Amino acid sequence: MLRFVVRRLLLTIPVLFGIVFVVFAIARLLPGDPCVAALQERADAATCAIFNARYGLDEPITTQFWIYLTDLSHGDLGDSIQQGRPVAEILIERLPVTIELTLFALTLATLLGIVLGVVSASRRNSAVDVGTMLGANIGVSTPVFVLGLILIWIFAVLLKDTPFVLPPGGRMTAGVTVVPLAETWGLSELTGPLRSVVDFFSNMNVINALITGQWGPLGDALRHLILPAVALGTIPLSIIARMTRSSLLDVLGQDYVRTARAKGLGERAVVLRHGLRNAILPVVTVIGLSLGGLLAGAVLTESIFGLSGIGKMITDGVTGRDYAVVQGLTLVTAVIYVLVNLVVDVSYAFLDPRIRLQ
Amino acid sequence: MTPPIGTVPRLATPAEEGLAAKPTSLWTDTRRNILRQRVAQVGLLLLGTLLAIAITAPIIATHNPDDTSGIDEGLVTAGLLGPCVHLLGCPADRPEHFFGIDRNGRDEYSRVVYGARVSLLVGVATVSFAIVLGTLLGSIAGYAGGWLDNLIMRLMDVLLAFPSLILAIAMVTVLGPGLLNATFAIGIVAIPVYARVMRASVLSIKERDFVVASRALGESSRGILLRRILPNALTPLIVVGTLGIAGAILDVAALSFLGLGAQPPLAEWGSMIGLDRNQLFSAPHLIVVPGIALSLSVLGFNLLGDGLRDALDPRLNR
Repeated sequence: MLRFVVRRLLLTIPVLFGIVFVVFAIARLLPGDPCVAALQERADAATCAIFNARYGLDEPITTQFWIYLTDLSHGDLGDSIQQGRPVAEILIERLPVTIELTLFALTLATLLGIVLGVVSASRRNSAVDVGTMLGANIGVSTPVFVLGLILIWIFAVLLKDTPFVLPPGGRMTAGVTVVPLAETWGLSELTGPLRSVVDFFSNMNVINALITGQWGPLGDALRHLILPAVALGTIPLSIIARMTRSSLLDVLGQDYVRTARAKGLGERAVVLRHGLRNAILPVVTVIGLSLGGLLAGAVLTESIFGLSGIGKMITDGVTGRDYAVVQGLTLVTAVIYVLVNLVVDVSYAFLDPRIRLQ
Repeated sequence: MTPPIGTVPRLATPAEEGLAAKPTSLWTDTRRNILRQRVAQVGLLLLGTLLAIAITAPIIATHNPDDTSGIDEGLVTAGLLGPCVHLLGCPADRPEHFFGIDRNGRDEYSRVVYGARVSLLVGVATVSFAIVLGTLLGSIAGYAGGWLDNLIMRLMDVLLAFPSLILAIAMVTVLGPGLLNATFAIGIVAIPVYARVMRASVLSIKERDFVVASRALGESSRGILLRRILPNALTPLIVVGTLGIAGAILDVAALSFLGLGAQPPLAEWGSMIGLDRNQLFSAPHLIVVPGIALSLSVLGFNLLGDGLRDALDPRLNR
């Protein structure tokens, strides 16, 4: 087991290095002058000389890469041109919003996807099955931004005067706030990295409100989270439901399932205890892989629902030609994606002994 | 639900084994299999409609998609300047706008019709680009093996490690917004998938007897790759490519929605939705109509891809 984990870790290192290289290469090797891109009409020879010297762009390309690596090892992702402060600093502020949204969407997709998949597989070709698979096909084909806007239209416009009305965007109703964790715990004096950690969790409104028992704000935050999470979670939900169904159908066709049925086990026990346990492994992989789509979808979701997470930060960075921001966030999302899938692979080995023996 | 009743395998009669039947070619089999799949039928129907709309766009569109003459004095005085649809109060004397008009007074129906051309073209172009490069890289990696294989495939691994849309966003930020750049970026990001599929096919085919025989007869490496291996590796490429078109259409539309792809005034579904998203409360049809068009096109390619996979998978046929 330990050998498997270590080997898997070692295999991740070159990929991480490659990610850094690709992000670096995109900015430096693709056609397009970063100075012109960043300064636009203000870019003339003299200004660009200063700009290039400031960002080390006048050095040879290998030196630039070395500088980039050195900076990264200090956690320095460069400075945002628009906001005039370190990208890493903005990232720490924004990341909790995205993590909260993504986790919420992923939880929704996983729970509902597995339930729908199991029901479909155990009632193959029934109306529920056909309906679920039809829905799943439409679900994977509907762009996040279309679904998000249509959801807003339905729940914030059409159902405006009903109890089902949901807010069209934002994280909280104006006036409602969650008391920061630092305040609740009397840590206002705290500074340094520990404070950043506290603030990080404090920024996830739902988690903060949940652990400190602020029920009013919790309900408000959850109500704001429903539409974005449904919009973002529908594609992974569809994929997970399809995967669960086909994987479970494979397993239910095997001999040991027939044996279980033959010895008189109830259908529920056969499907859930014997079937699902073996069918869940490919589903776990799909859940890990769907995180990439979720992070990309978060960019669109946050833009639609006006949530200021890293997705919004990327779109702002793109419109403002803020290279360092786009570059830094591309790097960070890729690293998150790789690390999560590392965890998924390792947990896979925990779940299935055959993997680590290979 | 119901457990199998008997345990004695039913023996096939000679007629059922097809001894008397004429041998059919792979393509006849495939065509028959595809047409037998309900999923593929629906997919083909959707795509056929899409293609017909794209080809006949100049005929079936009622207006020039870029013509802004929908805004006129009559509307201004009626207080209806801006997007409208009949259900929401477009003047009854302008029934020619089936789906109403958009923010700039352009006919929404004609823009959606012309949008089919852009999405279809972009989807096919992106995947063709990615398939050509991916197949090339994958066959080199699979055929050459050794350090070259390692180098190419590790690079592909790295590209796959990025959430694809985010990598494309980063590339377009540097390249500058535009439909061509967006297509290029999505194409680059899609390469690893095809490279992997092709490499796997090459590896499984290159040691087969017919390839060894060709080599013994003195055929060049290029000839073996092009004439022996490629035709036999096409099946998975077609399946993955069809599903890839669906993804490419979605991703390019997403880039256009963010303002990084198609630029106004081009009638592209993603950018139409992106530009008129603030009209959601007053004119939801500007989002819903191109949105449905987009979903149906993507659905068409997804269904056809799924159907093809089932039809081309010999394990499921026999």
